[in-house]
Amino acid sequence: MAPEVNEIKTAHHLYAVEMIDITKRFPGVLANDRVTLRVKAGEIHAIVGENGAGKSTLMNQLYGLYHPDSGEIRIFGEQKRFHGPRDAIRAGIGMVHQHFMLVDTLTVAENVVLGSEPVKGLNFDLNRAREEVRKLSEAYGLYVDIDAKIEDIPVGMQQRVEIIKTLYRGANIIILDEPTAVLTPQEVEELFEIMRNLKKSGKTILFISHKLNEVMEISDRITVMRGGRVTAELITKETNEREIARAMVGRDVVLKLDKPPHKAKDVVLEVRNLWVKDNRHLNAVRGVSFQVRAGEVVGIAGVAGNGQTELVEAITGLRKVENGEIIFLGKNVAGAHPRQLREMGMSHIAEDRLKYALIKPFPAYYNAILGRHYKTPFASGAFLNHREIKRFTAELMEEFDVRPRIIEHLGGNFSGGNQQKLVVGREIKAHPKFMVVAQPTRGLDVGAIEFIHRQILRMREQDVAILLISMELEEIFSLSDRILVMYEGQIMGEVRPEETTVEEVGLMMAGKRLEEIRGGKK
Amino acid sequence: MRVVEAVLSIFINPQFYKIALTVATPLIFASLGGVFSEITGVVNIALEGIILMGAFTSVVFTYLTGNVWFGVLMAIVAGLLMALLHAWGSIKWAGNQVVLGTALILLSQGITGFLMEPIFGQPGQTDFVGKIDEITIPGLAKVPFIGQVIGEISPFVYIAFGCVAFGWWLIYKTKLGLRMRAVGENPEAADTLGVNVYAIRYFGVLMSGVFASLAGAYLSVGEIGQFKELMSGGRGFIGLAAMIVGKWNPIGAMLSSLFFGFFGAFANQLQSLQQIQVPANVKPLFDTIPFILTIVVVAGVVGRSRPPKADGVPYEKSA
Ligand SMILES: Nc1ncnc2c1ncn2[C@@H]1O[C@H](COP(=O)(O)OP(=O)(O)OP(=O)(O)O)[C@@H](O)[C@H]1O
Ligand SMILES: [Mg+2]
Repeated sequence: MAPEVNEIKTAHHLYAVEMIDITKRFPGVLANDRVTLRVKAGEIHAIVGENGAGKSTLMNQLYGLYHPDSGEIRIFGEQKRFHGPRDAIRAGIGMVHQHFMLVDTLTVAENVVLGSEPVKGLNFDLNRAREEVRKLSEAYGLYVDIDAKIEDIPVGMQQRVEIIKTLYRGANIIILDEPTAVLTPQEVEELFEIMRNLKKSGKTILFISHKLNEVMEISDRITVMRGGRVTAELITKETNEREIARAMVGRDVVLKLDKPPHKAKDVVLEVRNLWVKDNRHLNAVRGVSFQVRAGEVVGIAGVAGNGQTELVEAITGLRKVENGEIIFLGKNVAGAHPRQLREMGMSHIAEDRLKYALIKPFPAYYNAILGRHYKTPFASGAFLNHREIKRFTAELMEEFDVRPRIIEHLGGNFSGGNQQKLVVGREIKAHPKFMVVAQPTRGLDVGAIEFIHRQILRMREQDVAILLISMELEEIFSLSDRILVMYEGQIMGEVRPEETTVEEVGLMMAGKRLEEIRGGKK
Repeated sequence: MRVVEAVLSIFINPQFYKIALTVATPLIFASLGGVFSEITGVVNIALEGIILMGAFTSVVFTYLTGNVWFGVLMAIVAGLLMALLHAWGSIKWAGNQVVLGTALILLSQGITGFLMEPIFGQPGQTDFVGKIDEITIPGLAKVPFIGQVIGEISPFVYIAFGCVAFGWWLIYKTKLGLRMRAVGENPEAADTLGVNVYAIRYFGVLMSGVFASLAGAYLSVGEIGQFKELMSGGRGFIGLAAMIVGKWNPIGAMLSSLFFGFFGAFANQLQSLQQIQVPANVKPLFDTIPFILTIVVVAGVVGRSRPPKADGVPYEKSA
C-alpha cells in the first residue's frame, strides 16, 4: 500500500477525537476503566476487543448517549461535554449502532431527515428530503431506494441508510459499531469501498470489528481493548493478526482448529424433498433432501437469503412445511410443535438471538432455562425451583465464560457476544441428540469463536448430530464433515471440505451445480 | 314481510343518516384522541373518563355562566388536565398505562358523581342548562335528502370532520407528525437523532385530552343540554376500537367511527319500530349491539392491523 498522506485537513488539529481517562461503571460492571483513545483526523481507526470489553460503551459516550463517570472528551482539540446525541451531532459526530436505529415503518428519506427535517411553510418538505438523500447517495456511492420503507429493504441497504443519516447531519467523525457483522462478504467489500470514499473526502472513521482480516485490510491504526481497558495501540502496517489477537485475549489464540477424525454413526435426521414458503408466500426451500448422522457436522453454506433461514425454521418446528418429510429418530416430525421436538432431543441455536433465543428484560437465570423451564429440576409442578435454577445458571456461566458473571444481569444488558455464549451454553446443556446451529459466532470475538468451535467439535465427539448453517466459509470449512451449498432454495451440491476448494464452493453459492463445475473441468 | 319492509324503510329515511352522523360524532372525537396518543406510543384508555369529565365540566360552566361555548372551552381545559395526569404518570414515571387509565376513569366517575349534589342539588342528572343549537347551512339545507341530513345539524359534526382533516395533516404532512410516528415506533432511534421523546409523547397525550373532552361536551351541551351520570357510556372504548379498526390513521378512525355510528343508529331506530314488539326488559339488549359489533369487527381486523411498535411501552433513557 502506498503511504497515505492526509492532504485534506478537516481542521488543523492532529486529533479528531481524544477520549482521556474515561471511566464508566454500570451496576456491578466496570465497563470502561480509565480508557484513553486518540484518533487522528482523516484516518480509519479500528477498535477491537473481546465481547464485553467496553467498545460499544466507549462509543456511546462519544455519541452522548451515556455520560462518563469521569474523564474528558476533546473533539479537534476542543473539550466537550455532551448532554445527549444532539450535542454530539452538533460537534460533527455520527454513529451507526451495532443494532440499527431505524424506524421500520418510515421510508428511507424520512428516516434520514428525522430530527432535522426540511420544511416548507408549516409542512414537512418531503421532496427536498428525497432530493438531499439522493445527492448524498450519489456523492458517496451509497445506493439506497429512497421511497422504500425500512422494513422492506435488506440489511446492507439499511446500513447505507444509517451512514447517509450521519452525513446528512454533517458528520466529520463517523462511528461504525460492528458494521460488518450482519453483512455478506460481497456487502462487506461494498462497505469498504464506501469507507475509502469517505476517508478520501476527509472524514474520520471509527470502525469496530471482530474480524481481524477486515481490520488489517481497512484500518490505519488499531486500539485494542480488554476488560474495560486499552491493552495496545498498534499501527496496522506494522502488526499482524496474531499480535492483535494476543493483545485482545491475553494469550495465544488458535485461529484455526484441527478437527480430529471421527466416525459418523446412525442417521439421526433425514430431510426428504422439503418445500417451505417464506413470509411473502414464495417458495424459499424447494425440494431439499439430506441426512445428518450422529457424530458428524453437516455444514450448509450459502449467501444469506437463499432459504437457509426457512429451512432451519421448518426443521425446528417454527415454520409450516408445505411438502416433504422431516424424519427425526425414525419419526416424521414435519409440523411437530417445537416443544415436542425439544422433548425428543433437538436443540437449536437460533440465528437471531434477540428475536428467538433471548428475552431481553429477563435476568440471566431465566434465560438460561428457557425451553426447559417446565421440567424437573427447574420446576416442580406449577412452581419454579429458583434455587436450582440459580445454581444451574451460575454453573453455565462459569462453564461457558459468560461475562459479567452475574446471574441477575438482564439478557439485554449483556454484550452481544456474551448473549450468544449464554444461549450456546443453554442449548448444549440440554444434552441434545441433534443440534441445529445457525450463525453461532456472528458478532463474537476471536477467543469466543475458538471456544464455541471447540464446543461444537466436542458435541460431535459425543456423537451428537449437528447441522451448521453459516455465512462464514471459514467456519463451514473448519467444522464440517460434509458441506451442502444452498442457492435459491435448492442444494447445488455436496462436497467434503478436504476434497474441495473455496472457489468451488463459491461457484456453487453463486448458483452453479457441482456437476456443471466438475463436468466443465474435464 | 311487514317487518322486512319496515326495516328497509329505515334506510330511505334521511333522518336515519342524520342520527348516524350524530352517533358517530363523539366516536370520531374519541378515536382521534386515541390516534394522537397511541401513535406516539402511549395507550390512553382514560379517554372514557375524559369524555365524562368533558361532559360534566361543560354543563357546570354553562350552568354557572349561561354561555355554552364557555362551557365547551372549560371542558377542553378539564380534558387537558386529565390528559396531563395521564401523561405525567405514564411518561415521567413510566407507570403502567392501562392501570393509570383505569384509575382516571374511576376518578372521573367518582368526581362527577360526588359533585352532582353540591352543584346541582340532585343526584343522577341535571336539569336542562342550555344547548348549542343546530346550524343551518343556507344553500345546502334546501337540497333534497342531503339537506335533510347535513343541512341543519349540530356544529360539532362539522368540527369533528375538521379535526380529522387537521389530525391527518398534522400527522402525515408536518415534521411534528413525522416525529410523532417515529417516537411511537422506535423511540430509541428518535432519541439518537436528538428528538425529544418525552415532549412528543406529552403533546400526543395532551391532544388526546382535547379531542376526548370535545366528545364529552358534545354529548352534554351539544346534544341534550344536560348531564347524566356515566353518560359517556363506553364511547371511549368504542372510540379506541374504531382507532384500531382504522389502523391508527385519523381517516381510518373516522371511517370506522361512521361505521359504528351507522349501526348504533340502526339499533336505535329498530327499537322504535312499531312492527317489532320489543318488551321493555329486552330493550337494553339492543343497546349492546354496538359493543357486540365492536368485538366482532375488532376480532376480525386486529390480526391485520399492526399497532405502533412501542405502543404502551414506557421509554426509559439509559444512564
Ligand atoms: N445498559 C447497561 N447496563 C448494565 N451493563 C451494561 C449496559 N451496557 C453494557 N453493559 C456491560 O458493560 C460491559 C461492556 O459492554 P459493551 O457493550 O460496551 O461491550 P462490547 O465491547 O461492545 O462487546 P461486543 O463486542 O460483544 O459488542 C459488558 O459487561 C456489558 O454487560
Ligand atoms: Mg458492542
